[in-house]
Amino acid sequence: MNAPNKSGWKPEMTAADDGMHSGPQTVTGNRALMLEEPLIFELAGTDTTGVDLPEIENGANRLGGMERTAPVGLPGLSEPETVRHYTRLSRQNYAIDLGLFPLGSCTMKHNPRLNEKVARMPGFADVHPLQPVSTVRGALEVINELAFWLIDLTGMHGVAMSPKAGAHGELCGILCIRAALEARGDPREVILVPESAHGTNPATAAFAGYRVENIPANADGRVDLEALKARLGPDVAAVMITNPNTCGLFERDMKAISDAVHAAGGFVYCDGANFNAIVGKVRPGDLGVDAMHINLHKTFSTPHGGGGPGSGPVVLSEALSPYGPLPFTARTADGVVHLVEEENAAEFDHTRAFGRMTAFHGQMGMFTRALAYILSHGADGLRQVAEDAVLNANYILRSLDDLLEAPFGESGPCMHEALFGDRGFGEGLSTLDLAKSLIDEGYHPMTMYFPLVVHGAMLIEPTETESKAGLDQFIAALRNVAERARASDASMKQAPYYAPRRRLDETLAARKPVLAWSDPNSA
Amino acid sequence: MRYLPLTDADRGAMLAKIGASSIDDLFVDVPQEARLSGPIEGLPLHASEMAVEQHMRRLSKKNLAAADAPFFLGAGAYRHHVPASVDHVIQRGEFLTAYTPYQPEIAQGTLQMLFEFQSQVARLYGCAVANASMYDGSTACWEAVAMAGRVTRRKRAVLSGALHPHYAEVVRTMAKFTEDEIADALPSLQGTPDNAGLIARIDDETSCVVVQYPDILGRIPDLAVIAEAAHAKGALLIAVNTEPVALGAIKAPGELGADIVVGEGQAIGVGLQFGGPYLGLFAVRDPKHVRQMPGRLCGETVDAEGKRGFVLTLSTREQHIRREKATSNICTNSGLCALAFSVHMTLLGEEGLRRLAAWNHALACKAADRLAQVPGVRVLNDSFFNEFTLVIDGDAREIVRKLADGGILAGVSLGRLYPAEDALKGGLLVAVTETTTEEDVETLASALQEALA
Repeated sequence: MNAPNKSGWKPEMTAADDGMHSGPQTVTGNRALMLEEPLIFELAGTDTTGVDLPEIENGANRLGGMERTAPVGLPGLSEPETVRHYTRLSRQNYAIDLGLFPLGSCTMKHNPRLNEKVARMPGFADVHPLQPVSTVRGALEVINELAFWLIDLTGMHGVAMSPKAGAHGELCGILCIRAALEARGDPREVILVPESAHGTNPATAAFAGYRVENIPANADGRVDLEALKARLGPDVAAVMITNPNTCGLFERDMKAISDAVHAAGGFVYCDGANFNAIVGKVRPGDLGVDAMHINLHKTFSTPHGGGGPGSGPVVLSEALSPYGPLPFTARTADGVVHLVEEENAAEFDHTRAFGRMTAFHGQMGMFTRALAYILSHGADGLRQVAEDAVLNANYILRSLDDLLEAPFGESGPCMHEALFGDRGFGEGLSTLDLAKSLIDEGYHPMTMYFPLVVHGAMLIEPTETESKAGLDQFIAALRNVAERARASDASMKQAPYYAPRRRLDETLAARKPVLAWSDPNSA
Repeated sequence: MRYLPLTDADRGAMLAKIGASSIDDLFVDVPQEARLSGPIEGLPLHASEMAVEQHMRRLSKKNLAAADAPFFLGAGAYRHHVPASVDHVIQRGEFLTAYTPYQPEIAQGTLQMLFEFQSQVARLYGCAVANASMYDGSTACWEAVAMAGRVTRRKRAVLSGALHPHYAEVVRTMAKFTEDEIADALPSLQGTPDNAGLIARIDDETSCVVVQYPDILGRIPDLAVIAEAAHAKGALLIAVNTEPVALGAIKAPGELGADIVVGEGQAIGVGLQFGGPYLGLFAVRDPKHVRQMPGRLCGETVDAEGKRGFVLTLSTREQHIRREKATSNICTNSGLCALAFSVHMTLLGEEGLRRLAAWNHALACKAADRLAQVPGVRVLNDSFFNEFTLVIDGDAREIVRKLADGGILAGVSLGRLYPAEDALKGGLLVAVTETTTEEDVETLASALQEALA
């Protein structure tokens, strides 16, 4: 089956007769709009600048004898050269703005531009974190308003807003658990983590001083409740569970898991990376969760930015809220929002905070964006978000399960992401080859080889911001590469053919690391 | 709902393909009692773009923006002019809406940018290798302490008394859980940093000495002396910088012997943003320490046709490979802020950075001289870059509040940073950058004079 394509390129053309490869070599290395771009260090010397600044003659010197004598070695470019350099680089990136970005567990949804506009309002973008509180009441109101939305949407008791990203939020939640356990004189040693968990879960638990033990999954991709119950005991501090889990399935026994963990004196940490599947439909607090981080850059649409910044507020149960870190905001009966820091924590009955996660108040620039997103959707729109996200994922699952192995496809619908394995691929072809072939079809690949519990896993999360027509085109592309993989199309081993780069040598990069530019002429 | 493309007809057709009779059938695995039957009560329903914008604008206007006041705050976040092209570049959808570059063939834009960023940071810090960024300066500071523990196999970190108190608090918080011992101290109101006192606290159990440069009071310590003392005891020197513009005027910490250099990159390209998102910088002087570094690293390689390209590398240090044995749990970092920093730094270049630093220093020297003329005000510092400490009789915090009521953002009082320390309450940190006018300084001087009279 051929992918529909309006650009004139025909799927039956092979790499050899495509023209891209058989055409004349260019002296620039460019291929029309596919532009090569040198490093700034190769483009410029250190005497050009793109900022007009005065030269200070005979200025005072109170640098205490520490004045710089050696050059830094920083290249400078004029403004037009700078804009062109980065614009040319940008065109070598895939992005949500260019097309469907089906990375499972990453929730690559459309980033509304209203959010960008709001974040740049001077009252948010141009205020200092240590300004007197009387001059930042509106900023504190934003944090507080978002905090209450997060509490209401999750059915929890409190929220720590300062964590800087999901993994930082995980750490915050686990530290709350440890503080609560220590406060009752019951320090425990072990945190249980399912095999299918994100790598950050065991890394976080270990960082917080716990020993990590895996808990097995059952045949239908969920935590094995009986095995979990058997392992619980006085040494287990917490269980870290992702729900919906990383197989894209809802943990049906979540409430029973929570009850069992609580009965054994432990706490339930929920990885909220997949909250998009249930926002407005299900409240984790109703399922006995004690702490859950929320990736504002997933569910609440703040941009991923090529690897951050994220934002990872943690909602907390009544048992854990007293231990949440400083600073935070509190609204008093008169409607005034206060900043609660070390010095006034007692006034707000918060003397048991475990400490401080970061210098200031968290990711304000992400709070404004997330709040604009939440207010835009409202309680009804957020519910629709979850429903459409789940609908889109199931549509993909059922449009492909005749061609790709769906390891849990028999057990019922998936949530917001569809999971496939590599069974049925021709000899020598792997998930990696399929993913790289999908690049040639104009798509970013899905999450590969995760979760670890499925061989050659492919985790596809379309999100709710894709149209049916867009999904149909993606499905056609995916069917095409899946058919090629089943038919042992060896040309897939060399894909991608049409990206700015062919496959990159990652072994070489790790064996002989070159992590900074050095001048070949000065070596 | 303007962000949701599916029509009801689409939904119907898709349910038919799936073989489900309703959306609710897809949530069958959620126990019935946990499923909400409608929108959560008490919460508002969807709103138009215009309505949301109006709401947010109303909240924005309740804040006093730095541009609308004489503004002198620093203490770890600095206000500099950011060229318009920086914001333009970071709003390119190909940067803004891309993910972490796991598929390098279609992420060379982000990867090459990160390689350039790492190279810029390494040079600025006088180091061999910088990573692709951390959350902010304070978390980078803790990660450096943790890394020093891995390198030296010791668990006692010595913090300078003049390390930003919030950074020290983050380190203390994390160390409580990792059972590292943290030897900290308070700053003393002296014109010159107490290097001898700090050096006396280093012993054979010390993993690292953490020194801010310039320090929280704005003073510039001689790192070389501390590096020598630390190395003599087998400890690492961690230098912390919160104002990267300073490094256009003063020596690079790596050049002075710092082993790990971390800091806050916010001052270049990122903006104030009420404290976040910011940009943690992290670099090591000796390439042999690279494998103990936290966070993402971008490296150069070639593709199958021999063309140069870039990839994330040495990921066997990281959580998604090593799980509980990772060097850090960090995953997402601060990519877009790294881009803003890198674009601004490219616009500045060596020449621009040098000029910007010299201009900041000259303006700060002038401001310090002017403010020293105010009766009852003394400038503490023997050395500074663009931020210095004023000492007044009485509580500087009260003065700051009073001046704020009059629309002047006078600086950061030491009382705000160290509320429990009576001995510090007369201290006021004043930062002066290229955005500060002579008129601003005059306004502050006369307001201080009036408030102290």
